[in-house]
Amino acid sequence: MTAPLYGLVLAGGRSRRMGRDKATLEFGGRTQLERAFDLLAALTSRSFVSVRQDQKDDPLRARFAQIVDLAGAPEGPAGGIMSAQQAHPGVAWLVVACDLPLLDAPALQHLIARRDPSRSATAYRSSHDGLPEPLCAIWEPSSAAPLAAALAAGGNCPRKFLLQSDTLLIDQLRPESLDNVNTPAELAALGTGAPSATAAARELRVQYFALLREQAGLRDEAVQTRAATPRDLYAELSARHGFSLTPEHLKVAVNAEFSEWNRPLVAGDTVVFIPPVAGG
Amino acid sequence: MSAFRFSHSPIDTAPLRAELVDTHCGGFTAFEGWVRDHNEGQKVTRLEYEAFEALGVREGERIIEEARKRFGVTQLLCVHRLGSLGLTDIAVWVGAAAAHRDEAFRACRYVIDEVKHRVPIWKKEHYVSGDSGWVNCERCAAHAGDHGHEAGHAHHHHDHG
Repeated sequence: MTAPLYGLVLAGGRSRRMGRDKATLEFGGRTQLERAFDLLAALTSRSFVSVRQDQKDDPLRARFAQIVDLAGAPEGPAGGIMSAQQAHPGVAWLVVACDLPLLDAPALQHLIARRDPSRSATAYRSSHDGLPEPLCAIWEPSSAAPLAAALAAGGNCPRKFLLQSDTLLIDQLRPESLDNVNTPAELAALGTGAPSATAAARELRVQYFALLREQAGLRDEAVQTRAATPRDLYAELSARHGFSLTPEHLKVAVNAEFSEWNRPLVAGDTVVFIPPVAGG
Repeated sequence: MSAFRFSHSPIDTAPLRAELVDTHCGGFTAFEGWVRDHNEGQKVTRLEYEAFEALGVREGERIIEEARKRFGVTQLLCVHRLGSLGLTDIAVWVGAAAAHRDEAFRACRYVIDEVKHRVPIWKKEHYVSGDSGWVNCERCAAHAGDHGHEAGHAHHHHDHG
């Protein structure tokens, strides 16, 4: 049986090279932490921010559901993942670092679609060195006990852990999607930041039915958006309206006909997200 | 008129049956879905149906066309009720007439089964307790706030054809 998928944003790093807290850096009007959290929240049933004990009252981090590192957990991403696994046993974790400004919903959706719950983890293969990317990966419950054992034995590197585990590695849709920023120069090189800024915003119409209509408090709305596909659009609207349904529960229609989730959207399209039906 | 329709008022079955009468047909069968007073352990007082009508009519017509081809039945009609319904009201009516009873039964069964799974119609149940819920949606939704549902995870087996 496939374990339910929760989201975990790792935001406990010391950001030594950046010289300031990477979680608070802004792209397109949102901090990196908010952006990463919204991506996960749209695709998982619950999401949390992983923090160190001394960060939990930090004003930005205090706005999110948190998983605080267990006392005695080694500082670093592996300790954060272990703390989440022990807080919610039996759950798989979609783990994402907060400093991946080019990460987008299609990249996460692709990872989820390729997930193999019978493996220890499903991870992207680094486009730089071919090794697993532990900080954009799905960690299955079966990895919890071996990870705790590895940490107890002093092995703090999550990448090495995935290399030595039964990890399914998949290729990235866009080789740059997991490039992170560690220095102010790298951040500046990204220019205005969000990759979606390259697509022009245009107006789409969205109609809501049933549970989504009630949660949005709207029957329809005109949306100015850069979302390229229905999948991107749902992630954006879900973050705005707090929808409880994730895309795996939904179908989508464009212009009153069923559509693929990755169909390119154009100005004037009418999009309807279809909750589980119950006629008869 | 389309062989798949939505009705915002109570379904009157006699004129629907009359539309299907045909001298080539030796058998007629109809299925009526009624509003019952319980579902999944809760006492139901009334229902509301809502549909994405533009897509619903298209998908409903596709289902009827599939049944025509599959069973060789030409006389088929399905009407689904929308709005607020009380107990015993007709929620959906399917009629099939054919040369012989077997095709009529099979075509009728095919249409109601596919309509339940494919047509964008949603049902909100109102319960004696005062609660209400969208059928097939609330368990998915409850999951987001209540990890007590983790073990079952049955909500992935909802009616999404």
